[in-house]
Amino acid sequence: MNHWYMLTLVGKDRPGIVAKVTAALYDGGCNLGEASMMRLGGTFTIMLMVDFERSSKALIDLISPVAESLDLHLHLDRIEGRLHQHVEPDARVTVYGADRAGIVAKVTGALAEAGFNITDLESMVGGSEDKPIYVMQIEGTAAEGIESLQAAVDVIRKEGVEAHMEPIETLIG
Amino acid sequence: MAILEILTYPDARLKQESLPVEQFDDELRAFLADLEQTMLAGPGGVGIAAPQVGRFRRIVIVDCSRTRKPVPNHGRLFIVNPEITAWEGMTSGREGCMSVPDYTGNVIRAEKISLSYHDAHGKLQQLDAEGYEARAIQHEIDHLDGLLFLDRLVSRRNDLFRRKVYQPTPEQQPKT
Repeated sequence: MNHWYMLTLVGKDRPGIVAKVTAALYDGGCNLGEASMMRLGGTFTIMLMVDFERSSKALIDLISPVAESLDLHLHLDRIEGRLHQHVEPDARVTVYGADRAGIVAKVTGALAEAGFNITDLESMVGGSEDKPIYVMQIEGTAAEGIESLQAAVDVIRKEGVEAHMEPIETLIG
Repeated sequence: MAILEILTYPDARLKQESLPVEQFDDELRAFLADLEQTMLAGPGGVGIAAPQVGRFRRIVIVDCSRTRKPVPNHGRLFIVNPEITAWEGMTSGREGCMSVPDYTGNVIRAEKISLSYHDAHGKLQQLDAEGYEARAIQHEIDHLDGLLFLDRLVSRRNDLFRRKVYQPTPEQQPKT
């Protein structure tokens, strides 16, 4: 009986991390599911669904040598999740402005209050060292409707950041 | 009428090119009725192409009168042997497909198109479509050339700001 695990690996970015990690998992009999892998501030981060028939200890033993060789911090959770559990987002909120503390908390607080359930959030700091700008893209489902979400976005805009919302009308053809 | 079986990727037949229709007869019209019923039986589908049910002819149906939020549309269209004769603008939007269950992705399409096609009786027709309906027509015509929206995916992330029409500079205007 196979189990799904969520494998998290974090460490200083360098070439070859993905290839070495996934080769070790494949050689050890794992099947990979969905993944998010991204370089954040010079650190490479991996969150990876792994389907494996043995125990979490066996999986850690399998991946530890390659993680250590690449100086990656490793974390493993057995998860209830499985594939084909996608939730289709129905709205996208984009926020940007001069970077300052509190943007994410204020924005997501207002969105949560409006019944917005985040499925995907990505944020980046761009601009220059002395004038950083914060850019955030959020997708999710507006449980209390698009109008309620739009009202929250209008409130967010009063906080001194640019914000806009657009419905995602997924075309099925 | 019958609900036809939808081919789903990785069925290799979805990648094949479809041939023009030559006979505009009752058999074609009966097929169109079945194809429409198959589209209506799907979850929220606004279009369907003949190769999605294993008939490799240049036939699509688009019906954007059924969207959750109303959009400009020409009602239910039986489109045979379509040719897109003009494109304008670019826009990104989320697409899914009855032949690709449980996956959606962002695709860039022309904002406005001009289309010439034959109707169910072989009469040549023309229309201009925009926005969601133009997207649906482009999605379905792609099926006739063995293309899925998966062939046109753009980053789900990094699609930073809403893209509206890019105006060509005077130098880029086509010479007349």
